[in-house]
Amino acid sequence: MTGPQNLLEIKNLCIEGRSGTSWSNIVNGIDLTLERGEVIGLIGESGAGKSTIGLAAMGFARDGCRISDGTILFDGIDLRAASVSARRKLRGNRIAYVAQSAAASFNPAYKLIDQYCEGPVLHGSMERDKAESDAIELYRRMQLPSPDEIGFRYPHQVSGGQLQRAMTAMAMACRPDLIVFDEPTTALDVTTQIEVLSAIRDIVGQFNTAAIYITHDLAVVAQMADRIKVLLRGEEVEESDTKTMLKTPKEEYTKSLWAVRTYARPEHPLQSTQETPVLSVENVSASYGDLQVLFDASFDIHRRQTVAVVGESGSGKSTAARVISGLLPPETGTVKFEGERLPPEYKRRSKNQLRQIQMIYQMADTALNPKHRIRELIGRPAELYLGLRGKALEERVRELLSLIELEPDEYIDRMPSELSGGQKQRIGIARALAAEPQVIICDEVTSALDQLVAEGILKLLDQIQDKFGLAYMFITHDLATVRSIADEVVVMKEGRVVETGPKTKMFTPPHHPYTELLLSSVPEMDASWLDRLLESRANKNVEK
Amino acid sequence: MKIIKSLRTAPPTAWFGFVVVTIYLIVAIFAPLIAPYGEREIVGDEYVAWDSQFIFGTDALGRDMFTRLVFGARNTVGIAFVTTVLAFVVGAVFGLLAAVVGGWLDQLLSRTVDVLMAIPSLIFKLLLLTIFGTSVVNMVLIIALIDSTRVYRLARSVAMNIVVMDYIEAARLRGERLPRLIIREILPNAMAPLVAEFGLRFCFVFLAISALSFLGLGIQPPTADWGSMVRENASLISFGDITPLLPAAAIALLTVAVNFIVDWMLHRASGLKD
Repeated sequence: MTGPQNLLEIKNLCIEGRSGTSWSNIVNGIDLTLERGEVIGLIGESGAGKSTIGLAAMGFARDGCRISDGTILFDGIDLRAASVSARRKLRGNRIAYVAQSAAASFNPAYKLIDQYCEGPVLHGSMERDKAESDAIELYRRMQLPSPDEIGFRYPHQVSGGQLQRAMTAMAMACRPDLIVFDEPTTALDVTTQIEVLSAIRDIVGQFNTAAIYITHDLAVVAQMADRIKVLLRGEEVEESDTKTMLKTPKEEYTKSLWAVRTYARPEHPLQSTQETPVLSVENVSASYGDLQVLFDASFDIHRRQTVAVVGESGSGKSTAARVISGLLPPETGTVKFEGERLPPEYKRRSKNQLRQIQMIYQMADTALNPKHRIRELIGRPAELYLGLRGKALEERVRELLSLIELEPDEYIDRMPSELSGGQKQRIGIARALAAEPQVIICDEVTSALDQLVAEGILKLLDQIQDKFGLAYMFITHDLATVRSIADEVVVMKEGRVVETGPKTKMFTPPHHPYTELLLSSVPEMDASWLDRLLESRANKNVEK
Repeated sequence: MKIIKSLRTAPPTAWFGFVVVTIYLIVAIFAPLIAPYGEREIVGDEYVAWDSQFIFGTDALGRDMFTRLVFGARNTVGIAFVTTVLAFVVGAVFGLLAAVVGGWLDQLLSRTVDVLMAIPSLIFKLLLLTIFGTSVVNMVLIIALIDSTRVYRLARSVAMNIVVMDYIEAARLRGERLPRLIIREILPNAMAPLVAEFGLRFCFVFLAISALSFLGLGIQPPTADWGSMVRENASLISFGDITPLLPAAAIALLTVAVNFIVDWMLHRASGLKD
């Protein structure tokens, strides 16, 4: 069935989700067409229905969802009408799926190559030994290190970026006509993201595979997709080819998505360098067991300042936070608060010392006790540190809720499960504020959130800083966030501080080579960015 | 209020469980009022068949079967309940403590538990009962101790998954003391599996007591107890009389009812709908 026909044709797709006993629409009349070899990007916030549509393209609906209306034609086959076994024959064989977290999607009990071969052998398209040699070939094309032997490792023995590439190779095993990529790089560092992006793009190009690329990151989708479709709450906002979409977005919502990346607050100038820093880390080395993760790290945090600590995962950023908070006593070096040495272990610190340094966590889901009400979550630090009781405590909780822009009457008795991701993070902020600290450590606080929500959180943190004169240690791998909120930047790599300085200096050349690598790896809102970057890096390698 | 509200949405199986357990409780509490005769009173001939005077007939000594069933509820269920609660308090407290404190305390407790668990439980119970003598207090303590090792294992493994959560880290960094950490932060999150285990454990303890009584080492005659009632009247089975199955049925019914309730509670706690 070749010819002018589209590979995938979705018309008026409606999907319902179950909440309790009633069904509500989560996807509302989406049309989508895809030609052979074409890549379409689906973007939107979480809850926009991106993943649901991606799965529906395979004729699949998650538990608790059902496809209620519309047609899904894949190469002329009506997926909704097709029998279960007919659909099963297509999946993995002609339509493949790459999930967001490869680490969670691989079966940890089998070697990579076993999982690779399962598809082709099951669908009868290849013998086992042929599938194995094919796997090695694809691993090579995905530029995985030592492709001959990497397949014989277990999933936990390879890194996240490599797993994601192995997963893409696996999706390619049967040479499908269509691959659905569901946020394949969201969990990766910027530098790893580049490798995965370019590998995906190469391989999709080589085999002329059509793809649906789902992401919330505009800059990423700009590199990958021929066309972009913007979604909001299960409805289409607009669709056009990538270049037009980037240059002249039509709808207000699309423009607001674009605008997030430009949020920046004015820098807070350092009052005087003579002032004692509110927090200083001096020559700290720390290790987990035998593995040393922090080498002689030093940096200061001044009042009213935001110090962004950037680096890839494994660079020791979070370890630094653990040392400061006292969870991981350092081997050598000291942490000083207002010039006074803090006991290395949190257990030995006084209540007042504990109060001064508060943490906000990356995953608000796990940072709030799911069995406590908001009243207790926020109230507890105020009760413990400031001795507030009864009415005064209630007043304080209400005050804090208003501060984080949540209506006190509505939210004070809710459980964390009754809040959205952004709201949970706000509660995390309120809990930190309840202790009335001097320093707040923000550990990747926005990386699990959508861009619009993340922007709201950043703005809130900003207002609070101005109001209470707080110092922030802001741990992040996202340089866009650094650009928008930091005063000082600390760049870390492999447990060492490689560069420190004011933000403006950090973002103007000359850079430390590693800073340069990080900066250049941040996707830009330009469809040709990845090409240019890869070209310039290739040239550099030639020069070397 | 909340309990009433959630009861309204409970499935019929849970309702069945609640009704049965309530009836058992009423029978156990008001046993002297419900039973027509005294627990140890010999009121008629041996093995009288079911009639209007003795609803379920009499046993080998001529005691009223129905009366003994009623008192059996009080003895067997009451003792089983006390034993299970004891096993839970001991097991859960040490299990949570081991998970939170870790280090040598965890090692000490866990290895002790390993040793206790290495010995087959029924044989161990029989052995200890023989050493310390058969009395109700001894039996309760021995079963509670041995069953608390199972509770310990569960509580510890559940708590292990909870103590690594960020909110526990946050609580530690806040400077919360150990009791509050365990009771307010960890326990509410460990409740669902512990409650489920409570239901199952109650049934096991209950069966263990009945088994020990059946073997003659549990609740001693003339105290009415379902386990020993099965043994005492077992010979009637060969005459086609189902009387000895009545105490067995009473045991089975309670076991099923408790499990229905536990299933429902577990379902609710895990946030699963329908």
